[in-house]
Order: sequence, then C-alpha cells, then structure tokens
Amino acid sequence: MPNPAAPLLAIPATLVLALGLMIMPLPEWLSPWRPEWLAMAVLYWNMALPRRVGVGTAWIAGLLLDVARGALLGQHALALALIAWIAIRLHQQVRFAPLWQQAITVGGMLALYLLVILWVDGITGHEPGTWRYWAPLLTSIPCWPLVFVLLRGVRRRWCPQLA
Amino acid sequence: MTLDHRHQHLQELRSALATLVYPVQYAADLPLRIGRWTSEQFTTHQTLIARNARLRAENLRLQGRMLRFEALQAENARLRALLDTSSRVREEVVIAELLSVDLDPFRQQVVLDKGRVHDVYPGQPLINAQGVVGQVLEVHPMHSIALLISDPSHALPVRIQRTGLRTLAMGTGNPKRLELRFIPPSEDVRVGDMVLTSGLGGRFPADYPVAQVVHVERPEGAEFAVVQARPLARLDRSREVLLLWSRRQEQAPEPSLEGASPARTPQPGSAPPTEADPQGGEPQGQGEGDA
Repeated sequence: MPNPAAPLLAIPATLVLALGLMIMPLPEWLSPWRPEWLAMAVLYWNMALPRRVGVGTAWIAGLLLDVARGALLGQHALALALIAWIAIRLHQQVRFAPLWQQAITVGGMLALYLLVILWVDGITGHEPGTWRYWAPLLTSIPCWPLVFVLLRGVRRRWCPQLA
Repeated sequence: MTLDHRHQHLQELRSALATLVYPVQYAADLPLRIGRWTSEQFTTHQTLIARNARLRAENLRLQGRMLRFEALQAENARLRALLDTSSRVREEVVIAELLSVDLDPFRQQVVLDKGRVHDVYPGQPLINAQGVVGQVLEVHPMHSIALLISDPSHALPVRIQRTGLRTLAMGTGNPKRLELRFIPPSEDVRVGDMVLTSGLGGRFPADYPVAQVVHVERPEGAEFAVVQARPLARLDRSREVLLLWSRRQEQAPEPSLEGASPARTPQPGSAPPTEADPQGGEPQGQGEGDA
C-alpha cells in the first residue's frame, strides 16, 4: 500500500536529483556534452501527469537551475516554462508514440529550450560563440528513452493512482 | 524578469534561492570529495614521510625569504612615508575552497565555500599561490560565487612589469588566455613579459602577478597590437584560493620591524568605491592604454 504522500515526495526528489546531475562536476572535455537532465525530467512529468506537474513547476525548477548554474535569474525558468506549456498541449499525441518518436519530439522541444536560452544570452552579451553550445541536444536525444523508462518506473512504483 | 535582474532588484530572492540550492551543489560535489579523501587515506606511509620532508624544507626556505621580505617591506614603508605617499595597502587572507560544481560551461564562474558569515564582500579579490584568480561576484549567507579573470565580461587593469605600460587584461572565455587591449603597435611588448595588476580601478591591490605574454602580433594598419597572455594561476585546476582583504594603511606607518601579521580584521565597507563593474567590465579605465 503506497504512502499517500509518496507522489508528493517522489516527483520533487527526481527533479532535485536531475538538478544535481546538471551541476555535477564532469571532466572538462565532457562538460559541454552534458545532457539536459532537468529539462527532460520536467518534460516527462509534464507529459505523464499534466494535471499535477504544470508550467509552474517547470518555472520553479528552471529558477533553481538558474541559481545553481549562476545564469541570469529567469533565463532557464522562461525556457522551461515555455516547453512545459508545449509539452502539456501535445501530451495526448506524444504519450502513446513509440519511444524513438518521443525522443524526436523531445529533441525539438529541447532545441527550442536551448534557443530561448541562447537568445537571452545573446541579448545580455554572453554569446557562447561556438557550435558546441548545441552539444547537449545531441546527447539528450539518445538519453530520452533512459529517462523515460526510469521515471516511468518511479511513477508506477510510487504514484500509480494519479492521472 | 530577466531585465529586472539586470537592475539588481532581485538580489534578495536570488540569495534566498541560492541558499536553497547550496545543499544540492554541496551534494553534487561530494563524490569527488569522497574520492579524494579515499585516495588520501590510502597514501602509503613512505609517501607521507617524503611529502612531509619536502614540505618542511620548502617551509624553511620560504620562511628565510620571508625574513628578508619583512625587512624590505618595513624599509619600503619608511621610504614611502618620507615621500608622503602612504597609500599602500596591507593585506590579510583567508583560504576558501572551491566546490567543483560545473556552472554554465560558457561562463567562467566558480562557487566558494565562504559567504557573508565569513565577511566576504562583492568585488573581493581572489588569488592563489601563482597569481590573480578573479573576484567575488555574489555573496550568499554560506557561500559565494566568483568570476574568474578569464570570463569574457571581466576586465582587469594591469601593467607590464618590464616597461610599466598600463593596459587592460580582458577575459576570452578560455581559461588559458587573456587579451591585453589598447596597446599601440609602437609599444615595446615582448613574448615572456610579466603582467602585474596595476591597482588602478581600486578593486585589486597593485603588483600581484597576473599573466605572462605569450603572443604579440602587430597587424598592418591596425590601431592596436594583438597581445595575448597566459594566466599564471591555473584557473581550471586550482582547488583552493585565497580571499584577500585589503586595508589602507594609516598615514604614518611606524617604521618598526614587527611584521607579525595582525589578526584579520576584515572591513567589508572598506572596499574602495570604484566604477569597476564585473558585469559590464568596460568602464574600468577604458582609455588607459591609448594615451
């Protein structure tokens, strides 16, 4: 019998874990290739439980990411809230698609996410000025099935009764 | 909201959120810490003895040099008093450890484990044993965020040791390169020249080593020479840095030899007012070099 408070803990716990992965030290050559763990976790919950995890959660997660990475306050929040909104609009179509199709859709949303962040960076004079800015996109798409399967496990284990 | 931040209205919110996130940052750094701790635990007895002997020898040598340094400093203070230019600063330092948390890979920032409770203040200079590292950007209750000199938005007023030529060291985003700006092609700059802080701008104390010139190019018809330098502090490697508290010395420094460093009395308010702005970078004495 699952604890009724479990879903309230499980979802934030996965998001905090994803945040930790976003700032975990990696070797220097690997660092630009870090997949967008937090954005993918937020997208998963948006599509799986759109009534529980919405744009607000995405915005707060983005705000924490801004602070943790020393970016401009609101930069990741804006981008994450935008793609969360799109994910919630599309969740009916995407949820039942095969994993590889999902990965492509998620890739599109992540491209938009990176574009919004790049746009803010450009306005504030922090253009990275290298193609490697887009590297997380290339690593995130193959990682989506992994994120999906892991988080689906979490959802089935701890919050089966939620829709 | 993004624009709001440019005007620093959200400083408190940011500080609160940063404190909230700090445990996550600390946890993300833990695996590395544990790894280092374990490798230290398993260092052999012999290695430790050897290291100990080496450190003792080095300590002796440094202390010997320190004796002369203190005598020279006292003499310097006396001469300066004679010349009536007693605005030298006395410095105190505290060691801060870097959390090796990866911030945005395209910005050169680091997290320090010292914050407001340790009297860190924004704009505080950061050095290590080799040279200047950067300056504190944001101070939070338990930690702070510092900008490295290699950040593209960072400008550091420097001078070239050999000729005294003043210029600006701009970050390039590459931790192994700085750019020296506004040097006319006719100036005498050579590969291998040492670059020191000039103390202009008031934020960094003067005469700390910054970089070494590695590349000089004088393009045909260009207004300024292209000069690149390599920071002496290995910005991407260092694990510990020194936080520097500068304090103006009194009018007439007593010409005694009691150089025993005073107890650290940080005065957060004593940061000289300056136009230097780590975000904008540009206003730090723009025109210095092209005089």
